[in-house]
Amino acid sequence: MAESSSSVFDMDRIHLLVEFMKEHDLREVDLQEGDQKIRLSRGAKEVAYAPQSMMPAPSSAGPAAVSPSTGAVADAANIKTILSPMVGTFYARPNPNSEPFVKTGDHVEANTTVCIIEAMKTFNEIPAEIRGKIVAVLIEDGEHVDTDKPLFKVEVGK
Amino acid sequence: MFKRILIANRGEIALRVIRACKELGIETVCVFSRADRGSQYLDLADEAFCIGGPKSIDSYLKIDQIISAAEIGNVDAIHPGFGFLSENAHFNEICRDCQITFIGPSPEAMQALGDKNTAKSMARAANVPVVPGSAGLIEDDNEAVRIAHEIGFPVLIKATAGGGGKGMRVASNDLSLKQALIQARTEAQAAFGNPGVYLEKYVDRPRHVEVQIIADHHGNVCHLWERECSTQRRHQKLIEESPASKLPADVRRDICDAAVRLVRQCKYTNAGTVEFIVDQENKFYFIEVNARVQVEHPVTEMVTGIDVIKSQILVAAGQALPFKQDEVLQRGAAIECRINAEDPDRNFQPCPGKITQMFVPGGPGVRFDSHAHAGYVVPPYYDSMIGKLIVHKPTRGEAIACMIRALDELRIEGIKTTIPFHKKLLAHATFVDGMVDTKFVERELLG
Repeated sequence: MAESSSSVFDMDRIHLLVEFMKEHDLREVDLQEGDQKIRLSRGAKEVAYAPQSMMPAPSSAGPAAVSPSTGAVADAANIKTILSPMVGTFYARPNPNSEPFVKTGDHVEANTTVCIIEAMKTFNEIPAEIRGKIVAVLIEDGEHVDTDKPLFKVEVGK
Repeated sequence: MFKRILIANRGEIALRVIRACKELGIETVCVFSRADRGSQYLDLADEAFCIGGPKSIDSYLKIDQIISAAEIGNVDAIHPGFGFLSENAHFNEICRDCQITFIGPSPEAMQALGDKNTAKSMARAANVPVVPGSAGLIEDDNEAVRIAHEIGFPVLIKATAGGGGKGMRVASNDLSLKQALIQARTEAQAAFGNPGVYLEKYVDRPRHVEVQIIADHHGNVCHLWERECSTQRRHQKLIEESPASKLPADVRRDICDAAVRLVRQCKYTNAGTVEFIVDQENKFYFIEVNARVQVEHPVTEMVTGIDVIKSQILVAAGQALPFKQDEVLQRGAAIECRINAEDPDRNFQPCPGKITQMFVPGGPGVRFDSHAHAGYVVPPYYDSMIGKLIVHKPTRGEAIACMIRALDELRIEGIKTTIPFHKKLLAHATFVDGMVDTKFVERELLG
């Protein structure tokens, strides 16, 4: 152990938790410290991590699926992620007083505007480019994004 | 002083700038393409943003993405490194418009010097010798003969729209001149759609000698002495050194003073390199100015003890250079070998791929500037340089011996590199004697 850490993301602590869960046959453990959260879910197949921060993907401690989302399990085949095409600031709403462009549960078409990314004083409307149902919103209003940053999860088709 | 700088570059030079910033207490923001995601040097930056696809044109050349990263990264300045946008006056201007300091010369100075003809007239105005040649394009053959006699045979015919050696012909007398003009015009028309040609004095076995300069915004313009960069293959530098071997002291002084004169004339600020060719009689002629920091800046740093990148940052931040010209001394001899991911046995074919093992040399006088490491995958999208090995010793002979020792220690496995070729070069008599010219590698080592 290189350093002791009281962070919820300390790898050694996570390993201890996983062992603890196995030992006591626990299915799910939710931890929160300040605004750091982690949920460990012990399902039939995999133990998964749900980090909130920009942690680098930990080297595998087993078949763990690291998903940069608030969802706790690895994506099923019909879940696609809308990624940011550019660097800028993410806005969920057309303007501060409106409703967000999309919410979880909304249906989108390929040309549905899902958000605005502001770059160099230009407000770019970002199309979904997939058809389906929004199942997760991964970014907060006003957050900075770069290319390939995951924005939304979409259940394809319907 | 800046609080945060964005580095609009990648690899070795991005790492170099991170290092200078850390020593100055400045935070860094890096940008990276998808191909560079996960590169270890990015972990040293305070923030890093992905700006697009692997090809340069989709990432490192995307001005909008870079400026956007600068805005969300909340930086005060951008260091452009070399290559990419470092000599793009338009990018320079956009930075200025966005109130971000571009660490380099002004867009106006950059633009003026970017045009070879303008640069040449500025050189003449500063009393800096330029390669003798025709004032403009050759309109008729009799004029060509007259000019050739004025400047002296042999002459070089060059395409005005040209580059890459196309539309170039050498002529040694009136008869071959007329033939060569026809050939050059035809080739130029085919390659560039423009048959315009001009004449220049042909310099036999030229040496490439360049002068590092740095100028602040308080009127202090200094040279940091010269570098010899004649050891090249197809116009690509392989080995650089400082001081230039076999350059008489008075010529060294004159060439460096000429560089300073030109820089003052152009009101150029920040770092730059003034390039000259030197003929076999030690006469020098101005070629062009590189309005950016260069790959080979470390050899200058070793012999002068001056950190060129830090100096750039200080100048851009409006500070005065902390030295005067008479305090800039050349001590000892420095040599740099550019280590490329190329196979010297297969015509220097690029060898991207994974470095499986790497052992880095060290010891007194050895410096290795590289972003590579064991496990690093050299991407195929960018130039093949993966590191620079630099040595500094009291004499050139000791520097050569040290470089050979360091090259023996340097192990990069998993890909082919130019390390074996460098060892050959350093053992080659022409190099050891310092009797180099820009074509000696091709002539003597590559048959």
